[in-house]
Amino acid sequence: MSVLLDFLAAIGAATLRLLAASGRFGLFAVAAVSHCVRPPIYPRLIGRQLVDIGYYSLPVVGLTALFTGMVLALQTYTGFSNFAAESAVPTVVLLSVTRELGPVIAGLMVAGRIGAAIAAEIGTMRVTDQIDALTTLSTNPYKYLVVPRLLAGTIVMPMLVFVADIIGVFGGFLVGSYRLRFNPSVYIQRTADYLQTNDVTAGLVKAAVFGFVVALMGCYFGYNSRGGAQGVGAATTYAVVSASILILLLDYVLTAILFVGR
Amino acid sequence: MSDAKPAKIEVQGLRKSFGSKLVLDGIDLSIGQSESVVVIGGSGTGKSVLAKCILGLLIADGGSIKIDGAEMVGTGARERERVMRKFGMLFQGSALFDSLPVWENVAFGLIQGHGKNRHEAKEIAIEKLAAVGLGAEVGELRPAELSGGMQKRVALARAICAEPEIIIFDEPTTGLDPIMGDVINDLILKCVHELGATALSITHDMASARKISDRIAMIYRGKIIWSGPTASIDRSGNPYVEQFIHGSAEGPIQMEVRAT
Repeated sequence: MSVLLDFLAAIGAATLRLLAASGRFGLFAVAAVSHCVRPPIYPRLIGRQLVDIGYYSLPVVGLTALFTGMVLALQTYTGFSNFAAESAVPTVVLLSVTRELGPVIAGLMVAGRIGAAIAAEIGTMRVTDQIDALTTLSTNPYKYLVVPRLLAGTIVMPMLVFVADIIGVFGGFLVGSYRLRFNPSVYIQRTADYLQTNDVTAGLVKAAVFGFVVALMGCYFGYNSRGGAQGVGAATTYAVVSASILILLLDYVLTAILFVGR
Repeated sequence: MSDAKPAKIEVQGLRKSFGSKLVLDGIDLSIGQSESVVVIGGSGTGKSVLAKCILGLLIADGGSIKIDGAEMVGTGARERERVMRKFGMLFQGSALFDSLPVWENVAFGLIQGHGKNRHEAKEIAIEKLAAVGLGAEVGELRPAELSGGMQKRVALARAICAEPEIIIFDEPTTGLDPIMGDVINDLILKCVHELGATALSITHDMASARKISDRIAMIYRGKIIWSGPTASIDRSGNPYVEQFIHGSAEGPIQMEVRAT
């Protein structure tokens, strides 16, 4: 009987911890978003974050998109040639990259690069009292640390994904033209024929959501980190893992809303 | 207790717990205008928690904190922000912003909190750096390029830059050699007297406490167990205070040391 009670108590305690953590996260998210629409806003800090998150992520996102497009062309060709449907390669590459792989791959890469950096920077500021120092210097830490990162993440991710889309499709074109012997002008023509504004904009909407999520998770875990270097390390891990899982989960939800629902 | 001047800081019955651990158990402390009070006590007795509650960095569970007669416990964010402009704070670990040059650290409160333009704020920051014995060239360095003593001086310059009415010093000499510690003590005395500020310092360094205070209060197990003029601390008649100032392992204060 006592084993059963212990088991139930453990489940109850875990549920309470989960609810408390969800509540803390919800309050943090609401406070962060509400500060985004109330002055003061720090344009200089937003600009710095746009460069950090956007410009410095370009090489890694570009490279990933290039190889994703190239692999996609190869795999599609291998599979579709069994059904004499090789001509669909440009279309499949285009749709896959713009609708799905561009935003998701860029989101995951940015989660690894930027989510970790945000959590580590804010976490270090927390454990060295720099966040308390901000408060004593009449500066709201949400406005100074969280808002610039949230706004920059949301603004710059669609730009990154737009570039990733172009590079990804170009990767498919390279493999299609030079390895799979497609006529380059035909490949470009088929890509242009199936290029839909809605596919691109839906991908960019996903990107904005993913950028917001990556920045929010980095800020939340960094802001609430405790216990010195170990706490900062744990915050960094949680930020990257939770952002990556949320990106995949939200990708399904957004796909269901943006593509299946319309 | 019929002083003509109202207290600058009035703490009554302040309580603060972390989970089941009671840290502040009804603190009473009054600090007058331009008075310098040092709170002494062992590690983990709640000194820093007291300072953070007064600053509003931690929310008190109960009791009262009045700044210039205005109640701070349960006050809204806007009113608290207004009162915070009266404070300057020197943190134990200096808490300088790594990402900013030294001058911008010092001028931070002026630029962000008081809306001064950067050029004007930089000139004031360089004046304040000079007041703590640092040259203008130090202003262009990053905090990581400074020694511990220099970081403390920069943190002091930052604490006084906006000419606050109240300055809180959390362990100002911890981690410094005795000579640098005394330099910091002299700078604290000079800055506080020049500003005419009210000072609350938290320390367990008795040399520092004797030098920078008008009055000393001792905290033990979440309560102020003794308070009196600095000159009278050697005649306190309180066994806890006597043990603490002599740094003796024998006495009523038993350290919680467990064999593992």
